[in-house]
Amino acid sequence: MTYSDLQVWAIILGLGLGTFAIRFSFLGLIGSRTLPPFALRLLRYTAVAVIPGLVAPLVAWPAITGGQPDPARLTAAATALALGLIFRNVLLAIFGGIGALYLVQALVG
Amino acid sequence: MSGPAPSAPRKALLRGMLASAPFLVVVVPFALLFGVVATEAGLDIVQVLAFSLAVFAGASQFTALQLMQDQAPVVIVLATSLAVNLRMGMYSAALTPHLGALPLGRRTLVSFFLVDQSYAASAAEFERRPTLPLPDKLAFFAGTVLLVAPLWYIATWAGAVLGTRIPPEYALDFAVPITFISMLGPMLRTWAHVAAALTSVVAALALSFMPYGSGLLVAAVLAMLTGALVELWQERRA
Repeated sequence: MTYSDLQVWAIILGLGLGTFAIRFSFLGLIGSRTLPPFALRLLRYTAVAVIPGLVAPLVAWPAITGGQPDPARLTAAATALALGLIFRNVLLAIFGGIGALYLVQALVG
Repeated sequence: MSGPAPSAPRKALLRGMLASAPFLVVVVPFALLFGVVATEAGLDIVQVLAFSLAVFAGASQFTALQLMQDQAPVVIVLATSLAVNLRMGMYSAALTPHLGALPLGRRTLVSFFLVDQSYAASAAEFERRPTLPLPDKLAFFAGTVLLVAPLWYIATWAGAVLGTRIPPEYALDFAVPITFISMLGPMLRTWAHVAAALTSVVAALALSFMPYGSGLLVAAVLAMLTGALVELWQERRA
C-alpha cells in the first residue's frame, strides 16, 4: 500500500474515535431515550450487510490471479462458509478454509 | 427472588471473567492474525498495535486493512469500517437501561470496552439477574473485558512480531477474506440475515464499477434495508 504515515494515522485515529463515538452514543449521551424501532432493525443488519459485499469481489476476482476466478480460492471460500454455517465455530472455519486453499493449490498447482 | 440481591461485586467480577473465557479461544488467534496480516500489508509494529489499542474491534480493523490494500481513499476506508461497527450503537442502547445510571467517567470506560463479547456476556447476565445491584453489574462487565482486552493487545503485538518473519509466498492475501467468510456463517442466524447477506453480495458485485469502493457502501445500505424489511415481513406473517 502507498499511504503516507499521516494517512495511516488518520485512518487509525479516525476509526478509533468514530468507533468510540458509536459505543458512547446511547450510554453516554442519549441516556435511556429509545431509538425508533425501524432504526434498531437496520442496526441489527450492519455487519451482515457490509462483510459479504466486501468479500464477494475478493473471492470472485482475486487480485493475485489478475482478476481471474481461482479454483483454490473459490473452494477455500465455500469451505469456510459451510463450516461456519454448520458448526457455528469461527476458528474451525478459518483453519478449514486455509486448509482447503493449500490443499487445492497443491493438487492443481 | 424479591427485592434487590445483596451486593457482591467481587463475585460478579469473577462471574464476568468466567463468562468471557470461552471467547478467548477466538480472540487470541484473531488478534494474532490481525498482527500478522497488518504487518505483511506494510504497517509498522507501532501502527499495528495502535490499531488494536485505539479501535479494539476486529471486524472493522480487518475491513480497514483490506480497503487499504485496495488503495481506497482515506474517507472510504473510514466510512466503510465505521459502518461495520454501527451494530455497537445497538449494544450501547441495549446496555443503557442497566448501566446508564453510572457516573460519566465509568460510562466512558464501559463504552470504550463495549465489544461483541462483553456485550453478549453482559446482556445475558443482566437478563438472567435483573435485580443485580449497579456496582455488581459494572463489576460483571469489567470482568468480561479483564482478560479479553489485554490478550487482544498482547496477541496483536505477537502477531506483528511474527508477521515480519513470515515469507510472503504463503497466500496470506486470502487470510482476510477467509476470516471474514468464517465469521459470516455464525452471523446468519435468521432468514433476514441470509437475505441481507445475499443482497450485499449481489449488489457489491453489480456495483463494483463504482469508484473507490463506494459501490460497497450503496450495497450495504440496500442489504440493511433488505434485512430490516424481511424481518418486518416475517413478524407480520407470524
